[in-house]
Amino acid sequence: MTVSIVRFGGSNCDRDAERALDHLGIDAEIVWHEDGLPADTTGVVLPGGFSYGDYLRAGAMAAQSPIIDEVESLAAEGVPVLGVCNGAQIGCESGLTEGAFTTNESARFQCEHVYLRVERDDTPWTAAYDEGDVIEIPIAHGEGRYEIDADRLDTLEAEDRILFRYCDENGDVTDAANPNGSRHNVAGVLGDRETVAVMMPHPERATIPHVGMTDGQGVLRAFE
Amino acid sequence: MTAYTATVTVRLKHGVLDPEAETTKQALERLDFELDALRSADQFEIDLDAADADAAADRAGEMAERLLANPTIHDYEVDVAQR
Repeated sequence: MTVSIVRFGGSNCDRDAERALDHLGIDAEIVWHEDGLPADTTGVVLPGGFSYGDYLRAGAMAAQSPIIDEVESLAAEGVPVLGVCNGAQIGCESGLTEGAFTTNESARFQCEHVYLRVERDDTPWTAAYDEGDVIEIPIAHGEGRYEIDADRLDTLEAEDRILFRYCDENGDVTDAANPNGSRHNVAGVLGDRETVAVMMPHPERATIPHVGMTDGQGVLRAFE
Repeated sequence: MTAYTATVTVRLKHGVLDPEAETTKQALERLDFELDALRSADQFEIDLDAADADAAADRAGEMAERLLANPTIHDYEVDVAQR
């Protein structure tokens, strides 16, 4: 019963994820991507960072790593897979989830606290919340603007696959509360199965109380 | 087999915001240049051997589809020349 946190060259939130999961009593280990996933993997975290130095596009290189084929196989079996930040970029580049995360509207790296509105409460990632809840979680990215064809976004919304949207502290989804210019304020989406999710904000940085926020715990409890 | 250079140009699709290009445009304007718009693109020059130009273009196009471009946000074009 182990959550595998996949480390690429340039990952830098792998240890944060391990500590956050450990805080919740969830067994997790960091796995070097070239070593492949351990046979007892019961969940996968694609952590944040700058895999392969963001060469070509953020996440593009890591998405070609053979371990992603293993992650896709497990995802298809229903094993929970969470991509955070660079892991979200890898998820979209690999096709685990739809869309793309690209340069922030500001063209700057942004490191700040944001509010997210929980769009569904019937997924493993959001079972700890109620739909419409507002949670506070940090972001830290330069390429977090969610882009997707309008038709595909319509489909994702019709299929109820938006997990989180950027909002203000009252839960209103506004342009002012959109930190990076994401389409329809999308901060996190589901894959083909509800057990696959990617999100730009960092739940692992909002899990351990001495860090100052714990609103992200619910996301990681999907691995319990 | 013939030696070709395939040039793959990758651009953001029309309508996709390009903040880096906008920032570059503003910087040019701060240098007192007059311009209406600026678009950026990535260009890859790939040397390869192929049976003919179509085969070279097909292979370079597949490279664009699978890695060089992200079809969600990019269009691309391929030009092939003998080298």
